[in-house]
Amino acid sequence: MGAELAIRLRNVVKRYGPITAVDGLDLDVPLGTCVGLLGPNGAGKSTTMRLLTAQSIADEGELEVLGFRLPEESKQARAECGVTPQLDNLDTTLTVEQNLLVFSHLYRIPRAERRDAIERALVMAKLVDRRDSRVDKLSGGMRRRLLISRALVHRPRLVLLDEPTVGLDPQVRQELWALVDALRSEGTTILMSTHYIEEAQRLADTVLIMSHGKAVAVGPPSELVMEHAGREVLEVYGPPARLAEVEAQAGEAGMRTRRTGTSISILSIDGDNLGFDGERRPANLEDVFVLLTGEEIG
Amino acid sequence: MATAEARPARLGRLERSALTGVLVREVVNYSSYWKSSTFSSTVEPTIYLLAFGFGFGSLVSTIGGYDYVDFVGTGTVATAVLFSSAFPAMFGTFVKYSFQRTYDAILAAPVDTEELVTAESLWIATRAGVYGCVPMIVAIFFGLDPSWGMLAVPFIGWIAGFGWANFGISIAGFAKSFENFNYVVSAVLTPLFLLAGSFFPLSGFPDWAQALAQLNPLYHCVQLIRDAVFGFEGWVDVYHVAVLVAFGLLTWRVAIFAMQRKLID
Repeated sequence: MGAELAIRLRNVVKRYGPITAVDGLDLDVPLGTCVGLLGPNGAGKSTTMRLLTAQSIADEGELEVLGFRLPEESKQARAECGVTPQLDNLDTTLTVEQNLLVFSHLYRIPRAERRDAIERALVMAKLVDRRDSRVDKLSGGMRRRLLISRALVHRPRLVLLDEPTVGLDPQVRQELWALVDALRSEGTTILMSTHYIEEAQRLADTVLIMSHGKAVAVGPPSELVMEHAGREVLEVYGPPARLAEVEAQAGEAGMRTRRTGTSISILSIDGDNLGFDGERRPANLEDVFVLLTGEEIG
Repeated sequence: MATAEARPARLGRLERSALTGVLVREVVNYSSYWKSSTFSSTVEPTIYLLAFGFGFGSLVSTIGGYDYVDFVGTGTVATAVLFSSAFPAMFGTFVKYSFQRTYDAILAAPVDTEELVTAESLWIATRAGVYGCVPMIVAIFFGLDPSWGMLAVPFIGWIAGFGWANFGISIAGFAKSFENFNYVVSAVLTPLFLLAGSFFPLSGFPDWAQALAQLNPLYHCVQLIRDAVFGFEGWVDVYHVAVLVAFGLLTWRVAIFAMQRKLID
């Protein structure tokens, strides 16, 4: 059977009226790896996440999660998954501990193990001394840590993180990365959607770049960068007219370029500067992303 | 390579552990708002009782063969059941799926819409059964004679509350916005509320209105509660129970259908 897959999607299509949110998506998440779904807003990442919990039902295609066929066997799959939604849906008038208690029941943790499971989640969320605080008294970062550890209370084999750090301060984001990284090193399989390049580059073993409901590239971040943007990039600054000129000349020379706000980047500039005057820098996943999706990211 | 025997059995419908999970959430939440909820469920019917009891009671002393306090005291029980089930179901459901997104979280766990709706309506029904007894207890202080049949009242309230809860959940499921509730309250609940014989007997109404009352679950709830308190009357009460059970089963399936449409796309 080859490498065991935690998630296997084949030619999945999901339409909402005239809009095709997911358009023939193939996705493999091998057990024990972290896969990042990277794409701009509206690329179909959240819809994909909802399909995996059967909160959306695909119009076409095959979906398997932990060996269970969706949507028929979705409930078994959900029992072994942990899900962190993009929008916080904690019970805000309950305490931290009460929120975890509720989910220990929803995820069917046997009575004898419940206490330990809640303690473990409190430690993971670094909220042991805030256990009796009401959720609406917590900071944004604390709430997000609780939201993630709530999804882990039953030690799921597969964790789905939908934009886990969206809208958070950079500092809080790094805290959460540490949490996800710890989870990954324990061997938990993770599928994470994000539109932060750095997040995908740091955490994901494999990145799937999504645009308009389709996968436009799949691979380890470093390989994607190498393949599409080369080792180094030359960034040329100048007024708009000059940038257009550079773009045209680079194009004639057979080079690929991408626009940033105030500059133009010439990709895969591994030899000399080809006569252009600019700054060299290492190529990164953002270059690949913009090149392939044609979209800037926030 | 197919390891069918190693796979856990397919999970069934309406599993106890799924229902328990949703109920635990409600019970834990209730611990944070029980005071306000108990306050309004107690004070509201008491005000009705006092207003009608003293207001009308000074004009009429007996009605349909009952002391007016006895009549209105038992009638208010059904009103309390309605208020503590249909309204929380409508508003609570709407808030939980659209503002708090609670249902998104629950459905990502091993809980299906059918289980979610069932657990929510069981919980609301239980609360309605308990809160429904409050006006009866208040009425005892105003002169309603205690009777053994009163012990059946929480169960009647539970059955009716289950139906009203599912009615409310259905409305929330079909509603496009919060404002839509106004139509339901004005055009459906208020007429049902008045055409139930809670505060005055329906004998003065035209025949068509009395016939219409037979379709009103609240009317059957009122009649059944009066009969429980003042003495059951045999088959006619079996008929009232049957109507309430049918109402509950019908709205239960409709509520599941409506929420499935709302929550799963």
